[in-house]
Amino acid sequence: MELGADKLYKGRKIRGFCHLSTGQEAVAVGIEHAISKEDRLITAYRSHGFTHMRGGTIRSIIGELLGRRDGIAHGKGGSMHMYSKSFYGGNGIVGANVPLGTGIAFAQQYGETGNVTINLYGDGAANQGQVHESFNMAKLWNLPVIFGCENNKYGMGTSADRASAMTEYYKRGHYIPGLRVDGMDVLAVFAEVKYGRDFVKKGNGPLVYEYVTYRYAGHSMSDPGIAYRSREELQKNRANDPLTNLKMRLVDWGIMTEDEAKAIEKEVKRIINEEVKQAEQMPAPEATLDILFEDIYVPGSEPAQRRGRTVDETRY
Amino acid sequence: MTRPPLHHHLVVNTGKCLYNSALYRAYSSHPPSARLNVPIDYATTPILHHTSKSALSNPELSTEARNGTASRQNLFQAVNSALSHALSSDPSVLLFGEDVAFGGVFRCSMNLASEFGSDRVFNTPLSEQGIVGFAIGAAMEGAKAIAEVQFADYVYPAFDQLVNEAAKVRFRAGTNEGQTCGGLVVRMPTGGVGHGALTHTLSEDADTAVDYYASYHSQSPESLFTHIPGLRVILPRSPAQAKGLLLAAIACPDPCIFLEPKILYRAAVEQVPTEPYTLPISTAEVLKQGTDVTIVSYGAPLYTCSAAIEKAEKDFGCSVELIDLRTIYPWDRQAVMGSVNKTGRAIVVHESMVNAGVGAEVAATIQEGCFLKLEAPVQRVAGWTTHMGLIYERFNIPDVARVYDAIRVALNY
Repeated sequence: MELGADKLYKGRKIRGFCHLSTGQEAVAVGIEHAISKEDRLITAYRSHGFTHMRGGTIRSIIGELLGRRDGIAHGKGGSMHMYSKSFYGGNGIVGANVPLGTGIAFAQQYGETGNVTINLYGDGAANQGQVHESFNMAKLWNLPVIFGCENNKYGMGTSADRASAMTEYYKRGHYIPGLRVDGMDVLAVFAEVKYGRDFVKKGNGPLVYEYVTYRYAGHSMSDPGIAYRSREELQKNRANDPLTNLKMRLVDWGIMTEDEAKAIEKEVKRIINEEVKQAEQMPAPEATLDILFEDIYVPGSEPAQRRGRTVDETRY
Repeated sequence: MTRPPLHHHLVVNTGKCLYNSALYRAYSSHPPSARLNVPIDYATTPILHHTSKSALSNPELSTEARNGTASRQNLFQAVNSALSHALSSDPSVLLFGEDVAFGGVFRCSMNLASEFGSDRVFNTPLSEQGIVGFAIGAAMEGAKAIAEVQFADYVYPAFDQLVNEAAKVRFRAGTNEGQTCGGLVVRMPTGGVGHGALTHTLSEDADTAVDYYASYHSQSPESLFTHIPGLRVILPRSPAQAKGLLLAAIACPDPCIFLEPKILYRAAVEQVPTEPYTLPISTAEVLKQGTDVTIVSYGAPLYTCSAAIEKAEKDFGCSVELIDLRTIYPWDRQAVMGSVNKTGRAIVVHESMVNAGVGAEVAATIQEGCFLKLEAPVQRVAGWTTHMGLIYERFNIPDVARVYDAIRVALNY
């Protein structure tokens, strides 16, 4: 899906910002399988994978990126603002989602729902003051939240060691137990999040995880991603690709044959292409002020100029 | 002048003209039959200096600058020149922010770290509150600290530092050894990216067509800073203005917020005097004299106003005066009231939301000072009361038709 989005962006059909998570798939997939549908999840802007895991269909996600009416946020949100049930996005401001997630966890505790909240941020965001404020509140009030730092080693173009005095992000929680997870291994992520979830559900308080992962693409689509890291490093990490690793394991352990794995890959490619095609055919939203004003203005109170059409069409 | 390879756009030019596709027409560019809402042509707009003669004849320039040469620069290059002049002329000048060392996401700090050293031009971690607080502290010790916030949308964590610290240092401690953080300048790219898919006509740069930013990269928070006593808020409209105003802000003994309209970074190109020069802060500039209507604006919407004025003067046979506030606060009330007392009609145009924006303050001042001379209510053409949706920027930001319409209403009242 991310590669499909990549192609569309390069074809200028997707505009604005687009942050791909190729290379970081294991984190999203591993977490999703370790939690329930009612557990809450909130992350920052590299969120297409999480949106899909949490219920967004491929076509609604690609449709949203393309700005279509049937996109998951009606074309108004774009890459960073996709939401679904139990998934709170999709947040543009770095670190701002962490206190939100803490509040969501508090609501679970208060409402005695038993749900765990997965609260994700990146290595750059780990230096935000509000993250540490959230740690304090979570530990103080024993909130059911698993903080997770997706450490892909770079905050945009700055390597983690040039931005952080300490890069062991799982220890940043200080007084909160922390665990470092190999974010390129989906089975490891799955196992550790499952363990963490049980731990938290029993009322033991929050945890701080660090998912050590890597992104192949640049920070966003305007960043080729090679100015600040070497090709050797990129290639070394590509060799550690989570999808390939899983495939190799499944084949080695005799769960499926090489051919079956190839068939799955082919099927996935076909599905993605199909979904992208469907998304591209989705109608664009009408170029009217109605859509700009819907859900915002009380009906009847919209600015006087609009008559369902723009000024230059009605008068001039 | 060749452009350096742009960090931003990896887009491969497929050679196809994508703007003919019906899908684009529908929601991202002007309607096919538009007479007013055509993209701004920065190459011919009267607001920019297209010849070095006109650039150097600006009476506000110092004699050295006027006797020097001019070169063609866009906004980020002009800002870069200003920063370079400041760093080379004063060792207490520091520049820091996120990703500033490699040149910055908008290339405003290109080559500055390598030329002036990483102890003066350096990156900070991702902590706006920390960055601004840190800058205030350095300024209190006499440094000319230029802090860059990567996008105006990110300034909010730093808001407390600006309101409760920067704006109040002199008030609370000024008599104690003259404590002040006057050397502080906080720079940030602001505003949306205008309407249409192409906002400039340089055909050799197909890959510099402007993208849409979403709700977290298109905000215009300037009016929020005008509601705090103690800060100067400056918003230049063009490369030459930016260079002079930035150098003035750096030299200014008050903490300044310098907002740069991001749409103009590459789009606005003009002749900029090569010598360093300052332009007066808190002074508005009359860009065009007129007798019937006064339009007050600042930043990128000025180009929209200029296009609307051109059409309106032709269609209605009127004469419109255009004023650029330049400094939003403290702003040049005398200039604006003087103009409205002459014309009797006023319109304020800005990108940010209409409610309690800069337009509200200007309108209130005008009705207070020019009441008996007013022939029509003061109108505000501004952003609607909603956030900036992904592709709805062009509907939110005032376009040429809206300004044209406002002129018509003012004349016919």
